Amino acid sequence: MSLLDSSLWEVIKASFQPAIWAELIKPIGETLYMTAISSVIVLIFGFILGIFLTVTCPDGLVPVKAPYITAGWLINVLRSLPQMVMIILMVPVARLFFGKSYGTNACIIAIAASCIPMYARIVESTLLEIGKGKIEAAKSIGSTNLQIITKVILPETLPGLIRGFTVAVISVISMTALAGMFGAGGIGDIAVRFGYQRFQHDRLFACVYILVILVQLTQGIGNFISNRILKTRNLI
Amino acid sequence: MSYLEIKNLQKSFIVHGQPLAVLKGIDLTIEQGEIYGIIGFSGAGKSTLARCINRLETSDDGSITVGGVDILSLSKKELLKERRKIGMVFQSFNLFDARTVFRNIAYPLEVSDFPKKQIRQRVLETAELVGLTDKLDSYPGGLSGGQKQRVGIARALVSKPELLISDEATSALDPQTTLQILDLLKQINKTAGITILMITHELDAIRYSCDRMAVLEEGKIIEQGTVAGIFNNPKSRTGALFARVFAEFQNISLTEGAGI
Repeated sequence: MSLLDSSLWEVIKASFQPAIWAELIKPIGETLYMTAISSVIVLIFGFILGIFLTVTCPDGLVPVKAPYITAGWLINVLRSLPQMVMIILMVPVARLFFGKSYGTNACIIAIAASCIPMYARIVESTLLEIGKGKIEAAKSIGSTNLQIITKVILPETLPGLIRGFTVAVISVISMTALAGMFGAGGIGDIAVRFGYQRFQHDRLFACVYILVILVQLTQGIGNFISNRILKTRNLI
Repeated sequence: MSYLEIKNLQKSFIVHGQPLAVLKGIDLTIEQGEIYGIIGFSGAGKSTLARCINRLETSDDGSITVGGVDILSLSKKELLKERRKIGMVFQSFNLFDARTVFRNIAYPLEVSDFPKKQIRQRVLETAELVGLTDKLDSYPGGLSGGQKQRVGIARALVSKPELLISDEATSALDPQTTLQILDLLKQINKTAGITILMITHELDAIRYSCDRMAVLEEGKIIEQGTVAGIFNNPKSRTGALFARVFAEFQNISLTEGAGI
């Protein structure tokens, strides 16, 4: 049903038809799959990169100039590419890994390349927020740098890290929708093929509902966990 | 040989591309088991001096020996071990919010090679010493300033250091709590024989707890001696100023209507 020949109300009503939702089950699965895998990859590599930046920065535990500047420069380069350009750019890389340049797995590479640098910056700014005094106390106690990272910096900044990861996952979800245009399947694919190319606005609306619910759910879970930790620690 | 010996200690920071001398040749000796006070106005270099002793700050020149150990010549690994023998207490407490009181106090034992099975026992002993046994499961976020500083002191004491550096430990506390914390420090000094270096801008704190003291002004020690000697017969301008401020506060009479 299209807005071209039906009223908004009729399209909204039509968007809840069981037939439409039955067809959406597979795309929802694809979107969740892409989001889950990409988020895990982003979490692992973004986290490591973020810690690396924090440790090697001029005020960090082990200031080393060249690697810090190189990593920062690389991140800035990757972050200056719009998500769509990143997907196109990663086509040959995906072909190298999977033998084909389209499909869900191929797009995960592009999503990772785009979101890892973003999450790394979030991790970096979160870790830098820790009070210098706590690190100083840990040093005065005779902690090694590794102990300062694992026993002080990470536990102290955990609520912030979780909130930052929530932002990253939402960014991943939005990028999975874009990846739909490039043969990755998922909700974005339905929105483009039916909503844009065939004016089937009832299906487009259904896609919108799903994306809104996904993002709200992610944000809600992130906030819940981080607030719970803050409450346990008597900080709010 | 004295317990802590500092000779010709110099330190400068680069500020806006220009070197700024913060410590200009500090000479200081502290005997084993005494409570030594260092007083000075803000910016005199007190905290920098304290932080040079356990090399949180690297000094430019001079020598520091603690219990016969030459601090400045230690390798990184040896330094970590030596730092465990020097406890430090801070004005802003610097507790770990992610850890309960128990785990805050246990932290120094966790990061050293202290036997795991004895951690609990040692933490309980230390908590009892500072009067925190009923707060062990609380998080620092839920404690008062005085309680937080007790945790800070317990954390500094748990690995049985020989020297305790108190960097403005009572400066953020109300007068009554300050007194309790100073009593605690005095008690620790007496029972455990720990040498205490007390850095502060509070006259009362020094007068109440210290045996000897030094006056620090613009990166130099301009006067040192017994607390009574300096208060009664100050030789330097800052010393005189501190003594006068102290006397003035003592002389304020609280008759009705005398207030502003």
